[in-house]
Amino acid sequence: MLDEAVSMSSENLIKLDSYITKKHTESVASSGIAFNELSVTIVLSSLISFTEFLKTDPHCKFSTLVDITVVDYPNKEHRFELVYHYLSMYLNHRIRVKIEVKETEVIPSIIEIFPAANWFEREIFDMFGLLFSGHPDLRRILTDYGFKGHPLRKDFPTSGYVELRYDEERKRVVYEPVELAQEYRQFDFMSPWEGAEYILSKDQVNKESEGEK
Amino acid sequence: MSSSSLEENLLEEHKIRNFNINFGPQHPAAHGVLRLVLELDGEIVERCDPHIGLLHRGTEKLMESRTYLQNLPYFDRLDYVSPMNQEHAWCLAIEKLTKTPVPYKASLIRVLYSEIGRILNHLLNVTTQAMDVGALTPPLWGFEEREKLMVFYERASGARLHAAYFRPGGVHRDLPVDLLDDIEAWCGTFPAVLDDIDGLLTENRIFKQRNVDIGIVSQQDILDFGFSGVMVRGSGLAWDLRKSQPYECYEEFDFNIPVGKSGDCYDRYLVRMEEMRQSMSIILQAIQKIRLEDGDVMTRGKVVPPTRAEMKTSMEALIHHFKLYTEGFHVPKGEVYVAVEAPKGEFGVYLVADGTNKPYRVKLRAPGFLHLQAIEYMSKGHQLADVSAIIGTMDVVFGEIDR
Repeated sequence: MLDEAVSMSSENLIKLDSYITKKHTESVASSGIAFNELSVTIVLSSLISFTEFLKTDPHCKFSTLVDITVVDYPNKEHRFELVYHYLSMYLNHRIRVKIEVKETEVIPSIIEIFPAANWFEREIFDMFGLLFSGHPDLRRILTDYGFKGHPLRKDFPTSGYVELRYDEERKRVVYEPVELAQEYRQFDFMSPWEGAEYILSKDQVNKESEGEK
Repeated sequence: MSSSSLEENLLEEHKIRNFNINFGPQHPAAHGVLRLVLELDGEIVERCDPHIGLLHRGTEKLMESRTYLQNLPYFDRLDYVSPMNQEHAWCLAIEKLTKTPVPYKASLIRVLYSEIGRILNHLLNVTTQAMDVGALTPPLWGFEEREKLMVFYERASGARLHAAYFRPGGVHRDLPVDLLDDIEAWCGTFPAVLDDIDGLLTENRIFKQRNVDIGIVSQQDILDFGFSGVMVRGSGLAWDLRKSQPYECYEEFDFNIPVGKSGDCYDRYLVRMEEMRQSMSIILQAIQKIRLEDGDVMTRGKVVPPTRAEMKTSMEALIHHFKLYTEGFHVPKGEVYVAVEAPKGEFGVYLVADGTNKPYRVKLRAPGFLHLQAIEYMSKGHQLADVSAIIGTMDVVFGEIDR
């Protein structure tokens, strides 16, 4: 019974997929269904019109913005992949919209269409340093006041650059460069014969973080 | 004299300007570490700017450098009021990518503990909301029950809060003997406690004055701000992922989705009270089903450790055990988004795997993040005292919002 339900919904997804690609041929770069989830890659320039279409079209009716996030691929030319998740409470289906952007590109904000995008876009600005045009209040959100850097980028070290300490003499909290009592332990358990492809080798990471300093 | 010249003649100290105050992060009604910068015109809130991130621990960054199994306990530390519901999303995501089946018994145990988590969460929320609006007794009663539930957590997993009990492929251990009987016995006594809280709050004049018609959420607001969970159901939309997109074995269970009418704080309180009763009925159904089941609670395979007995006799099992807890298992390349109906709303995990033993990127979609975002919209024009009622009804827990 469960398998039937799954295949039913995947049929609907295929229909939805072809409907969207037909309607927006020029904006959809690629699309596919994996794990019973539909994901569509579009081009950056059509972000606003495509989002509008997803929200208003009677066959899509994606009324709720579930999530916006970014995946960082430092070695690609289009370094960041923006990922939008939408849900339709009316038609009970979900979609994932992906856009590849370069580090320097400015992304149009979808806050006019989905007010819920406000904090998500602030978080992306905070964590990845991507800029959104038309956002009314693009401040950092999760990191400390006066924080430098964008922590979720792959070239940002997990230990960070500064640490906090309460200074008894100055009677306040002070920032200091991170000093680890022992080297940060990053165990590498990958078996060499399984052919692991490293996203960034350790030397590269060190070089890049030195360059930032 | 016209009004403009009157203003000019006023002395500097007589000019009226709005009052800015900091609400939190140490305020008891701020539910943790919320800092609100409020601009007040008299007692009316003109502007409300939440400053979050005081509990930011970089969970998503840390997860990128740990194995899938090592990442599991981080989920307990997100919404620490109902830990296992978060773990559930993580396990479902891994199981979806690795195509690991879950034994039926484990599935039932997961439902059982998810619903215990829901009661844990709603008990805390309902009673602390009562405390925010002035009642001191309900938290004392509610926390007594929470304590009993956490003992059930402890008996199954060994920990009261940070359980790490749900594992990819099932649950960590089988339930100890007598535990099911004790949970059933507790279900016998719990309705009386709920009725007590009900009798103290539902028709209470002060409680109603503080909650009725406060923080009304319309259907459009739900869509605009991406609300989920009780924030949706309180406004009359019967949206529950357990029904609409069933995961685990929720489709077998018989339960109702309570909905509110007016979408104010009071309706959300009523919805939470009824949801606890519904969860209790699910717990009882699950107990009956678990009793009939026999067998393992984990699908033995690549992502799951071998049994203790096997490990003592088989060399392969020993190697497998060692490799699993050092290198960890590899998850095939792919990306999934998995959502569960956590007590606070839709808790989602977006997992990008690159075929190694560590996730390439994890995004945790916390329901409270979106709820808190709407606080400026919801509290504008309300009195200062209503802000604490609205924070209470949003059910914010900073572990999940700040991540």
